[in-house]
Amino acid sequence: MEKTNGNLLVKGTVFLVWAILLFAPFLFQDVRSTEVAARILVFIVLVSSYDLLIGYTGIVSFAHTMFFGLGAYGTAIALKTMGPSWSAVILGALIGLGISLVIALAVGLLSLRVKAIFFAMITLAVASVALVMASQLSGLTGGEDGITYRPPSIFKPAAKLLTDENGKVLRIFGVKMNGKIAAYYFVFFSSLILFCVMLRLVVSPIGSVLKAIRENEARAEAIGYRVVAYRTLVFCAAAAFASLIGSVYAVWLKYTGPDTVLSFAIMIDILLMVVIGGMGTMWGAVIGVVMMTLAQYYLRDLMGVVADATHNLPIVPELFDPDRWLLWLGLCFILLVYFFPTGIAGRLMAKGEPA
Amino acid sequence: MRAPSLSTKDLTINFGGHVAVDHVSCDFYSGELTVIVGPNGAGKTTYFNLISGQLKASSGTVIKDGEDITATAPSTRAKKGVGRAFQLTNLFPQLTVLENIRLAVQAQTGDGWRAFTPTNKLTALADKAELYLEATGLEGVAKQRAAALSHGNQRKLEVALLMAMEPDIYMFDEPTAGMSMDDAPEVLELISKLKADTRKTILLVEHKMNVVRSLADRIVVLHNGALVADGSPEQTMNSEVVREVYLGNAGVMA
Ligand SMILES: Nc1ncnc2c1ncn2[C@@H]1O[C@H](COP(=O)(O)OP(=O)(O)OP(=O)(O)O)[C@@H](O)[C@H]1O
Ligand SMILES: [Mg+2]
Repeated sequence: MEKTNGNLLVKGTVFLVWAILLFAPFLFQDVRSTEVAARILVFIVLVSSYDLLIGYTGIVSFAHTMFFGLGAYGTAIALKTMGPSWSAVILGALIGLGISLVIALAVGLLSLRVKAIFFAMITLAVASVALVMASQLSGLTGGEDGITYRPPSIFKPAAKLLTDENGKVLRIFGVKMNGKIAAYYFVFFSSLILFCVMLRLVVSPIGSVLKAIRENEARAEAIGYRVVAYRTLVFCAAAAFASLIGSVYAVWLKYTGPDTVLSFAIMIDILLMVVIGGMGTMWGAVIGVVMMTLAQYYLRDLMGVVADATHNLPIVPELFDPDRWLLWLGLCFILLVYFFPTGIAGRLMAKGEPA
Repeated sequence: MRAPSLSTKDLTINFGGHVAVDHVSCDFYSGELTVIVGPNGAGKTTYFNLISGQLKASSGTVIKDGEDITATAPSTRAKKGVGRAFQLTNLFPQLTVLENIRLAVQAQTGDGWRAFTPTNKLTALADKAELYLEATGLEGVAKQRAAALSHGNQRKLEVALLMAMEPDIYMFDEPTAGMSMDDAPEVLELISKLKADTRKTILLVEHKMNVVRSLADRIVVLHNGALVADGSPEQTMNSEVVREVYLGNAGVMA
């Protein structure tokens, strides 16, 4: 690809996002902002790994949250039963990962040969089964209520990472060096590492093969690529990334339930993020996640401000009533998809390319 | 007599009663360029599809260097050295010309499974891709997307993909169809250079008689799916059966 302005703009933006995320606990010193930053970090991996499927390879799957959930529940259940320790986190993550890989391999080998639409239906069915099982096996999963547990001791809010001369928790730029900070940087570095691995993957020869399969499956096969094998591999890899970041999210949240890691609402969020950001670029995933997460958390507040500021005008405050935030969010999506059918990154990066 | 590099034995395919390729038995040898002719709908492309695996034979076998490959996937055949270009341009439209060619190269070198080495660090790959870019005269458009190319350049890229696979068996399906008077000779020149390599077996579907005359070592005639003539260019071109097949198509054979 050419080094064009659009290209630089997108990469620069993504770089800036990572820089802000790195310093987020210092830049925004409130609980909610840290929650938002951690959620962005987790979703960057979740959405980029989904982009490996939909954007790079052209595989539509609705089972991505299932793998996310398997990682999260694996860790959650291990932490609950074994008590708060690193060995519980690691064991739980590995069990979640193992189950994810087995399911991904089975679904992949059995059904990646069929037409894309049937494959999508199969993943939908499998994901539904997983959702039902999570609520049925309530002894293990806590059913609809989910599970609450304690994280390893270093992540406990009371944990002191650094202390001052009086033995009190040290503050750097006013931020307490406690377990919460440790947990945030655990999420940050996990996400960064996984994202970099994926970036590496897509610029390697295998990344080109995945794109070739998306572009022209028959020709990819004709020049010597076993399409089913590549598809199955990428499906398993995406499942592994989702599962691992699910485990990380479980450690961060100290709670795991259907609404945080398994529901179809999350699947829809992932789809919207990847579409808005731009499919098949990896960078787009980051942009999509940031925009959508910020909108989900702050659009309501913003509308409240607008409604207040305009309270003596007719109609306007009505329109911007914070309770209508979902309507506005929906409207934004429609406009974005209409004006940026290839997503924000897709549009910007294509612009400077020779026609 | 030496062993054929590729043979088909009673190769047949049946599309719901319509027999598109009908018990075709034919041996091909390395160092030989065979032109396959026949009127529209004769089954030439379908015959290629059966050899390279895009279609599954209803009956009969395909044998490459003594090995029965009839039941294998197209990718397996490609890896075993059966390569083909398509009559209808069949590229990776949103990828660049360079990326298209590199894909064909790395399929053969086995680099396709590499997941953690950036492609731009694999210089052997780049060098080989460069070679075929130049060979096909596409170096000037290397960074353009395949979809953005002119028709002539798309046809060249189609040929470049096959060349970059470096197979034992080259199957060209009307490579110059729709090409300009400037571009066609370039591609034919490439094919004739390939002919100089005696390890290669070349199958070429071509309508233009001047091309057939200048390149063919041998001509095979298909008609209604069946092989109706096979021999040296002089033999086949003058045979009774070929005149019959092309009756009313005289212009094509002239
Ligand atoms: N997938 C298919 N399903 C049904 N019929 C097919 C299929 N592919 C080819 N045919 C039929 O098989 C016959 C042979 O077609 P084919 O494309 O092999 O001819 P051809 O010799 O390559 O002709 P042309 O010179 O026009 O390229 C035609 O009658 C065609 O309609
Ligand atoms: Mg044809």
